[in-house]
Amino acid sequence: MPRLEDEAPGTPNVIVSDRSMAENLTGNWRNLRPIIDPARCTGCLICWKFCPEACVELTQKVPLIHMEYCKGCGVCVEECPPACIEFQPEDAS
Amino acid sequence: MKPSIPAQETMTSGHVACQGCGSTISMRYALKGLGTNTVVVMPACCWTILAGAAPQSSLGVPILHSPFAAAAATACGVKAGLEAKGDKETQVMAWAGDGGTFDIGIQALSGAAERDEDIIYVCYDNEAYMNTGIQRSSATPAGAWTTTTPAQGGSPRPKKDLDAILRAHAIPYLATATPAYAEDMVRKFAKARRIRGFRFIHIYAPCPPGWKYDPGLTIELSRLSVQTGIFPLYEVEDGRLKINVPTPKRKPVGDFLRPQARFKRLSPEDEAAIQRETDRRWQALSQGS
Repeated sequence: MPRLEDEAPGTPNVIVSDRSMAENLTGNWRNLRPIIDPARCTGCLICWKFCPEACVELTQKVPLIHMEYCKGCGVCVEECPPACIEFQPEDAS
Repeated sequence: MKPSIPAQETMTSGHVACQGCGSTISMRYALKGLGTNTVVVMPACCWTILAGAAPQSSLGVPILHSPFAAAAATACGVKAGLEAKGDKETQVMAWAGDGGTFDIGIQALSGAAERDEDIIYVCYDNEAYMNTGIQRSSATPAGAWTTTTPAQGGSPRPKKDLDAILRAHAIPYLATATPAYAEDMVRKFAKARRIRGFRFIHIYAPCPPGWKYDPGLTIELSRLSVQTGIFPLYEVEDGRLKINVPTPKRKPVGDFLRPQARFKRLSPEDEAAIQRETDRRWQALSQGS
């Protein structure tokens, strides 16, 4: 871990976090898996906007939910305007 | 389609918040509004944990953890240090829960507000000490169950009107925000960044385990808190109050209360009393006070 660059000599050993919590995969918290129906998705980005995990990617018309992080909270399932996100039990897939 | 709020993410996935956490959505929006030239100061609160254990961090900006009572004082010191180094641009944001704001941090908060220190102080209010196990705080509303008010009737005292206390300090900017109104929250943080002096933003952050509801309902409850008038969205700039989301036809408070098991012991009389108090507060607010 790096030390603060401009610390005065003799100060205690100050360390700085230089790694990301993105190393911590939280997808195994999930019991229910949100599945987007691409045929009914309007690309409104509401699921991206409200995701507490910031794990919905914007790169395509149909957003991509990163399942290695999704905790299965269901906010996107509740908020999707055309109701095109459905929960499926994890053990069924 | 273009996103309605900035696409850049400064909060990473992989943080350890509970499913459906309202305070993580709020942090996402706050940093979208403020940008990355920001330092965050956190006292003891849920976010002490969510920010990650060293050497990992869940935010792409520097974080300094402070003692429980000292978020505002620590933020003032960081700001003074930056200015001493010639940095007038970096924003310093204190980010505290309701326990660290309404209760334990109020002395340092009042001092910094009174001195009009050039910091942004944010209280994400989930109405109890959620991180330590849902103990009552002075932000807990009357009638709510907590682990320290378990009996029939819940918390016996009304929620402290902290916004009125802050307004009494004549600060340049005060705003309320909640995650269901994402664009409103991002706009308020972007606006706060452009104002000099003490800025206070009060965020209403639904908490699934503490309020006892299905985590998928976080945004819906946040929205209902505004639509019922339980948590009106407004801002006060140099003493002038502006309501941001007018709700001429407010929904009954029961729509907000009933999905939450923390309120399941409310009697019809209790609910009627909450409705009357909400109506009274709305009346006062719509008259600018």
